Amino acid sequence: MRAPSPFHVALTHAALVALTVATLFPVLWVVKMALSPAQTFSMSANPLPTDVTLANFEAVVSTADGTGAWLFGRQLFNSLVVSGVTAALGVALACTAGYALSRWSFPGRDRLMGAFLLTQMFPGVVMAIPLYLLLDTLNLLDSLGGLILVYSTTTVPFATWNLKGYFDTIPKDLEEAAMLDGASRWTTFTRIILPLARPAIVVTALFAFMTAWNEFILAATLMGDERAYTLPVVLNGYVGEFGAEWGNFAAGAILVSLPVTALFFALQRHLVEGLTAGGVKG
Amino acid sequence: MILALLASAHADDVVLWHAWRGDERTALEQVVATWNGAHPDQQVRPVFVSYESLASKLEAAVPRGNGPDLFIFAHEKIAAWTADGIVLPVSEPSDARLHPVTLGALRLTDDPRLWGWPLAYKSLALFHNRALVPEPPATTDALLDVARGQRGADRWGFAWEASSAYAVAPWLHGYGGGVFGPDGVALDTPANVDALRFVETLARLGPAEPSGALLTQLFNEGRVAMIANGPWFLGEVSDTVDYGVAPLPVVSATGRPAAPYVTVETLFLARDDADARAFGAWMVTDGAASVRLDVGRQLVANADLPVTDPALAAFRAQLDAAVPMPTRREMGKTWEPVARALRRLVRGSVGPEAAAREAQTEYAIVSRPPPAPADPRPWWVLGAVAALAGVAWLAREVRGAPIAAWRFAYAWVAPSFIAMTLLVVLPFLVGAGVSLFEYHDQAWTFVGLANFLDIVLARDFPLSSPLSFWSTLLVTVLWTLANVVLHVGIGVALAMLLREPWVRMRGVFRALLILPWAIPSYITALVWKGMFHRQFGAINGLLEAVGLAPISWFAQWSTAFAANVTTNTWLGFPFMMVVTLGALQAIPRDLEEAAEIDGATGWQRFRNVTLPLLKPALLPAVILGSVWTFNMFNVIYLVSGGEPDGSTDILISQAYRWAFTRGHRYGYAAAYAVLIFGVLVVYGQAANRLAGKKVL
Repeated sequence: MRAPSPFHVALTHAALVALTVATLFPVLWVVKMALSPAQTFSMSANPLPTDVTLANFEAVVSTADGTGAWLFGRQLFNSLVVSGVTAALGVALACTAGYALSRWSFPGRDRLMGAFLLTQMFPGVVMAIPLYLLLDTLNLLDSLGGLILVYSTTTVPFATWNLKGYFDTIPKDLEEAAMLDGASRWTTFTRIILPLARPAIVVTALFAFMTAWNEFILAATLMGDERAYTLPVVLNGYVGEFGAEWGNFAAGAILVSLPVTALFFALQRHLVEGLTAGGVKG
Repeated sequence: MILALLASAHADDVVLWHAWRGDERTALEQVVATWNGAHPDQQVRPVFVSYESLASKLEAAVPRGNGPDLFIFAHEKIAAWTADGIVLPVSEPSDARLHPVTLGALRLTDDPRLWGWPLAYKSLALFHNRALVPEPPATTDALLDVARGQRGADRWGFAWEASSAYAVAPWLHGYGGGVFGPDGVALDTPANVDALRFVETLARLGPAEPSGALLTQLFNEGRVAMIANGPWFLGEVSDTVDYGVAPLPVVSATGRPAAPYVTVETLFLARDDADARAFGAWMVTDGAASVRLDVGRQLVANADLPVTDPALAAFRAQLDAAVPMPTRREMGKTWEPVARALRRLVRGSVGPEAAAREAQTEYAIVSRPPPAPADPRPWWVLGAVAALAGVAWLAREVRGAPIAAWRFAYAWVAPSFIAMTLLVVLPFLVGAGVSLFEYHDQAWTFVGLANFLDIVLARDFPLSSPLSFWSTLLVTVLWTLANVVLHVGIGVALAMLLREPWVRMRGVFRALLILPWAIPSYITALVWKGMFHRQFGAINGLLEAVGLAPISWFAQWSTAFAANVTTNTWLGFPFMMVVTLGALQAIPRDLEEAAEIDGATGWQRFRNVTLPLLKPALLPAVILGSVWTFNMFNVIYLVSGGEPDGSTDILISQAYRWAFTRGHRYGYAAAYAVLIFGVLVVYGQAANRLAGKKVL
């Protein structure tokens, strides 16, 4: 390709820098609020911190409950367990389903694909009440298990779709050869397909993890006891209707965002490769 | 295993739900520890539940036997709660003299029983910064003088939450008005109009969009001389401010004191348990109350405890000129109509008469009696016919199909299919069933299609009203369109740039540009809302820095809508960028190079070569993205909150409001949910046709 003119290059870089600054602006603001000693909303145009203190982080991390037990640790544990198990369970369900949908044109396959995507159209927040009643019937209210079940099923449609799209790109010859050698479907799937699909599995798991890690409306509805809360519910409490602890909120927001951001960056290379959203092969 | 790990409940503990924070919570835990130390067999376990969800959780959990033994809440819901059996009567406290106002608030008319132990009371009072206002104004005329005198470029004399129905109540009462007249809710009375005229004047002298958090900040920074606030503010006021508290002033026009609502923080009994009763009776003794007074700085109901703290003494004086928060069920349905009218008034879009009239009209709509009950029998027949038709359809589909040969394939999809049916489809069907009912005054009535007809025929509102289904649908479509165009436009443009080998630090740019995707959206939505604040937001700060006039972002539809779209664009473009980057990798560059050699310009190459190749990968992402945007609740709810007047609400946030903030009309909200689903299904079909293949 022809090399672009120096003016073109400079303009492109300027545009990229401008967009990146605009993207970072709100993030810098959160950092500023987290580091500033006041609990109030930072309200100047300057996104760089002026006073620096770690008191907000300390306050957020050291919360304790009535018995003096370490609350933040418990809630962090809840979030990690819920998100981790959601990712594992959601991807496990989606892998088998996605593979079946990709490889075998059994009767009803297209309808099933359609049904999975139809669930993406259900209006989420309005379903909180029926879900509450359902989990109550199953005696799963206030338990991480109930939350995991709800989250992992909500992640299944997108995960299935994404994985099916990736499985579609894997040539069938490999499996056929393995089957000829006498390998079972399951062995072929676990030994040949899953390792090849690693980028998509990793990315799908990341999305499932993030869904659970970031959700707070259902969690607030379904969990009664603050020892069962996940971190987003706690965070929302800092700036809810009657709270205005912006410093604590921002510090908590950074603590909550760090793990997913780190995962995101660690898996960046896979992200581009593994996000097929069912579309690459058309 | 995890379940077992977490099922660490102690079965015989007395469980106490509360939403107290800060010093109040510390005091409560200290009192409970004292009790637990003295009563090893009657252990009490306090459980914090966030205030926002406490009431709805109680209403769901207690009737089903999952609730606590005791809970602490304001007294205002006792009429509904006694009727529903959520709270039980308690015996008269004999060990302490409690303030009669607080006891009176816990009785119903014509019923001598006491429905809970009064712990503390809360009302608004006047906080003044002594350095700026040494003597608090005794009359509203004096208050206006101070408000005018202290007004400066970035400073104000008086501020309060002018568009909150709770915070405006003192003025309504002071002018001889109030929410209730002799025959029920009467908002458009002459007295209320007079009060609103005063509210309008006073609000103009204060800062714009005064939220609770903003009042705290301004008062602590010495930029506002006086605020009306409650005892909860005592924990938030800065040590550097020399402040005093006084009762609210007397209204000069009537000679009556401005009387705020007083709410009584009450310990309610939810389960008939002897240990819980014993603890409750002990909680209101002077001994336990003195800890709450000293440690929690609570305005305890105990009349014999001396109040030495001057701030608390002022609140105690305010109690003599205060109106107990009405407990009638109609009260709950007045908050939103009044708040909406107040926002319009404060913003200057209507005058006091119109605001009062509109509040009354909207109250009438929200509190409208449910539609007439419908006969469910035809529906049973219809349901049976539909079920039979479904079975027949399924049988026809299955017949002749090689089901048995594919048994293994079904086994592979069965786990996710079953999980989806149980936890996604079933709740939706339950919701759809609910749409045939109406919930009114804690009772369900079968109404058939009445909810749908009300919504679709826009019976309650003119078509142009922001609350009508059709105008909300229009806003939702615009919202979806604007976002998808921006997401795809920015995402594709960035992806095209970031694949060019001559762009430096591509990895760094790519990493930074996907940051909005990695951060939880509710966090950034709240931050963006702050950035759009009229007086203190960074966006207006930037505008002023380049010499432009600041904008009241949430005062008119266009800018509020733009604020929502900006936030969501920021959140959503990285997804499209990454999808495009992935798709671009699969496209060989030879074709573009060939086109370049043929003399095609950059735009022509993109339009005629790259874009057609990108289309198959982008189309599903665009369609899925538009469905997600259509139901993007977080951004609308957290950024504009539907302001102004619900005109930026989209269908899903509208449905949420009907279910949770506008009189709990669950059936109506469920009908909205079904309609949302219907619209999206139609859209999906149309998208398939447009795309020329099955995408959804």
